[in-house]
Amino acid sequence: MAERKVIVESAVGLHARPAATFVQTAAKAPIDITVGKPGRTPVSAKSILSILALDVRNGEVIVIQADGDGAEKVLDELVAIVSVP
Amino acid sequence: MERLTGTGVSPGVGHGPAYLMGAAVPEPPAGSRHGGDVVAEVARAEAAMERVAADLSARGEAAGGEARDVLAAQAMIARDPVLSSEVADLINAGTAAERAVYEAFMRYHDMLAEIGGYLGERAADLADIRDRVIAELAGLRTGGLPKKGDTPYVLVARDLAPADTALLTKDVVAAFVTEQGGPTSHTAILARAMGVPAVVACAGATAIVNQTLVLVDGATGTVGLVPSEEEVAAAVEAARTRDSAMAAVTGPGATADGRPVALLANIGGPRDIETALEHGAEGVGLYRTEFLFLDRDTAPSEEEQEAAYREVISAFPGGPVVVRVLDAGADKPLGFLPPTEKEPNPALGARGIRIMRIFPDILAGQLRALARAAEGASAHVQVMAPMVATPEEAAWFVAACRAAGLRSSGVMVEVPAAALRAADLAPGVDFFSIGTNDLAQYAFGADREVSALAGFQDPWQPVLLDLVAMTASAGVPCGVCGEAGADPALACVLVGLGVGSLSMAAPALPWVRAALLRHTFDQCRAAAVAARAETTPDAARVAARAHLPALPDLGL
Repeated sequence: MAERKVIVESAVGLHARPAATFVQTAAKAPIDITVGKPGRTPVSAKSILSILALDVRNGEVIVIQADGDGAEKVLDELVAIVSVP
Repeated sequence: MERLTGTGVSPGVGHGPAYLMGAAVPEPPAGSRHGGDVVAEVARAEAAMERVAADLSARGEAAGGEARDVLAAQAMIARDPVLSSEVADLINAGTAAERAVYEAFMRYHDMLAEIGGYLGERAADLADIRDRVIAELAGLRTGGLPKKGDTPYVLVARDLAPADTALLTKDVVAAFVTEQGGPTSHTAILARAMGVPAVVACAGATAIVNQTLVLVDGATGTVGLVPSEEEVAAAVEAARTRDSAMAAVTGPGATADGRPVALLANIGGPRDIETALEHGAEGVGLYRTEFLFLDRDTAPSEEEQEAAYREVISAFPGGPVVVRVLDAGADKPLGFLPPTEKEPNPALGARGIRIMRIFPDILAGQLRALARAAEGASAHVQVMAPMVATPEEAAWFVAACRAAGLRSSGVMVEVPAAALRAADLAPGVDFFSIGTNDLAQYAFGADREVSALAGFQDPWQPVLLDLVAMTASAGVPCGVCGEAGADPALACVLVGLGVGSLSMAAPALPWVRAALLRHTFDQCRAAAVAARAETTPDAARVAARAHLPALPDLGL
């Protein structure tokens, strides 16, 4: 299980366009990927509704986990998406 | 013929078979169960969700631009794997597909609605997608609008959303009729921009039977059902007479005795230039620059802004081009202008100039781009700030404009505080521009987006006329850029109150030009005095028209 803990730099948080790009990227990977706030139950990174309902704002920390082939690569991509201010 | 009456918001006569859209989708009854074939029921639900998703993306692709991103995000929701597995779980437990879809969507709907703000608005999207899927399952409608037919149809709906109308054109739709909405609703603005007749706030509209022949008069607000051939011919003929009377009147706006009234267009960007010129706009009275900024993660570069501004400015040589700087705020949230705190009343929050003062760099960049675009142009470029309430705010804005090298700067008057103390604001600015829609909203404390409160948006409200009179007599040039100026009778009244320029959606310009040219300034002034002496909008309308005798000759 690979994991990244990252601060969301995008001004709109994990909403709107960053959320859409995040989900599109996660959905392309044929492995399980989750995202959550520390200490809370993680949700599927492929579900736009689950991610919106997390209500991640700018400056908050999220934990992204992936398991399987290419996990490291897709995590790098997802981290890059939320790191764009 | 039987008649329904609503508010005419886009003039002209249109007729055709009614196409009734999106009648409210009923909630599938709680406890409804399927026949027992779980696999078939799940497949039915998934197929319906996929069809809705495919339809949304296809319409987004066809529409392009901003609508494409909006609809692509909605398609993504319809394809959400977690949502789909929750629907399957409910079906596994025996729930019928329609009800399962309803319950699964509602779980997220309620969650987002509770968070509120931006996510609260996404909850409304969710309800729309949910209804599309349920309608698809129940065979209530096919999701989209009919393609171009042999004859254009009259689109009848409870209300229209951007997703419904992104692809409509004049050769497909003969007229719009909606049960809800007001003069500033999405339907009204779209219809005027398309030049298609429209009637809104029409009680009983959704009871019209599909395919019934309907005759719509967007000037009077009448909707005739099953008209005879003679009735259609008479209405079309009357409209033609009106149109030719309008077409005969050209040139700059003026009253019958030669008092000039600049007739200008409200535009959202370069793509509206053609319609403005077609209808004889002498310039631009309201250039809403926020369309350049919406739906982006960062502000557009100064170079990109400059190019757009230059395109508009160069299209009106010699004419005025009044540019409103970015009007953002809590109800039009921009990612790069995050609200500083939660705003329970967005219309009363940090919007317009208030948010500019929190992010002065955005304003400075826009003003620099405008100054460069104005260099060497023969158009008279004027810049104005929205939501100004005090002389101190006005002075701050004017100083910012001067620093950027812009010569003419003014303020919008859309808050009663500014209108009541216009005399205090006047010495510091070059001009006023009254935004009647917001001025009505703030004068009555009635949200302009709430259709049940549409009566407060009636621009004939005597109190609104009082506020216009105070602003127009404060000693600096004063224009009106709200939809009020698009009503030919009210346009005469506004001129009578001292307003020197009128800016509106371009298709209304010929009507207003003709109405002004048939009346003297004294008649306009008498109409204004008579209207202000009344206590209700209806009485004001009647009293003013008594002083404007040529309106009936023009079919207005």
